[in-house]
Amino acid sequence: MEKTPGRLVLEPIVDNNPITLQILGICSALAVTTKLAPAITMSIALTAVIVSASVLISLIRQHMPSSIRIIIQMTIIASLVIIVDEVLKAFAYELSKQLSVFVGLIITNCIVLGRAEAFASKNPPWPTFLDALGHGIGYSVILISVAAIRELLGSGSLLGAQVLPLVKEGGWYEPNGLMLLAPGAFFIIGLMIWAIRTWKPAQVEKPEYRINIVHRTEGS
Amino acid sequence: MEHYLSLLFKAVFVENLALAFFLGMCTFLAVSKRIETALGLGVAVIVVQTITVPVNSLIHQYLLQEGALAWAGLPELDLSFLGLITYIGVIAAMVQILEMSLDRYFPALYQALGIFLPLITVNCAILGGSLFMVERGYNLPESTVYGFGSGLGWALALVLLAGIREKLKYSDVPDGLQGLGITFITTGLMAMAFMSFSGIQL
Repeated sequence: MEKTPGRLVLEPIVDNNPITLQILGICSALAVTTKLAPAITMSIALTAVIVSASVLISLIRQHMPSSIRIIIQMTIIASLVIIVDEVLKAFAYELSKQLSVFVGLIITNCIVLGRAEAFASKNPPWPTFLDALGHGIGYSVILISVAAIRELLGSGSLLGAQVLPLVKEGGWYEPNGLMLLAPGAFFIIGLMIWAIRTWKPAQVEKPEYRINIVHRTEGS
Repeated sequence: MEHYLSLLFKAVFVENLALAFFLGMCTFLAVSKRIETALGLGVAVIVVQTITVPVNSLIHQYLLQEGALAWAGLPELDLSFLGLITYIGVIAAMVQILEMSLDRYFPALYQALGIFLPLITVNCAILGGSLFMVERGYNLPESTVYGFGSGLGWALALVLLAGIREKLKYSDVPDGLQGLGITFITTGLMAMAFMSFSGIQL
């Protein structure tokens, strides 16, 4: 773990992004991104939870018996999520209705537990804080860009403000309803992964099977 | 009876946890490379979901709901904010019990499920099922049906995707899309196919 503080924060944003490379925390990335506002709320909520959970776990890492560490980590994460949930209900009730069960599902968001287990339980608080912050931002970047694309193409608006004038209101833009539905989210993340991997070829996965041009059959 | 059938159908096809609500995606994408492993995990999810949703429903109705503690002489107590931590505790405990009893009585199945059983604890499809149950206010029989149906729907989607991916590895995919990228697009197409179920009422 000889990484400089800058690397710790920056690495998870593109080079080792939790969503597009580590396949963690995808559920919420797809579900809350039909509009930009809930996506931003969700990003803030997740970053807050991951940073505070990781730092807390890192602080008590030497006192945790390893046989029950998962349950301790889950309890810490669940308590923090309850706080976030209650705060949202108190100050942004409409948004918390839109996010529905997905705030609660931060508990089972693999990014949080993954960082707690892989990094926080082995490192002192300060690097842990940076690492968690980096992962929170890496997650937020993907979430917010997916939401921006979906809201712009799906309803021609950004943060509720009309950007592209719609046909039914006398403009020229025919909204693409598919973007607001579940499949749209899958397509956008798929294409996004394609774009990132074209830019950073080191992330390309090796095919499991190559088609052999030689004229003979071979077992896979 | 019809009510329950319709609920079951809705949980399996129309409101499929994986394809319509994106729940349990991490495991969904990671474990769908081979049909056998997908089947193993699918069965485990069905079992855990069928147990935990009704149990959480009981806990919600008799312990946590506003006024649920009236039988204990505390009619104005509202413990629903403890919901999240209770449900995840119940799920973790259930998975642990299931793991121990499988190990004791069905070692073959235990071996086959292997690492997947403990992973189910952090599968958002399971917690999501319980949270949806609370949000929609299902009673005990309804939540049993919903638990089974949603687990079945998730398992079905997982096995289908595994089948597609087994064939997909022989096809010539662009480098950048290899692996994760093409899986996302495939899942998107599957989600589109499942959307054709919406609007069907039994």
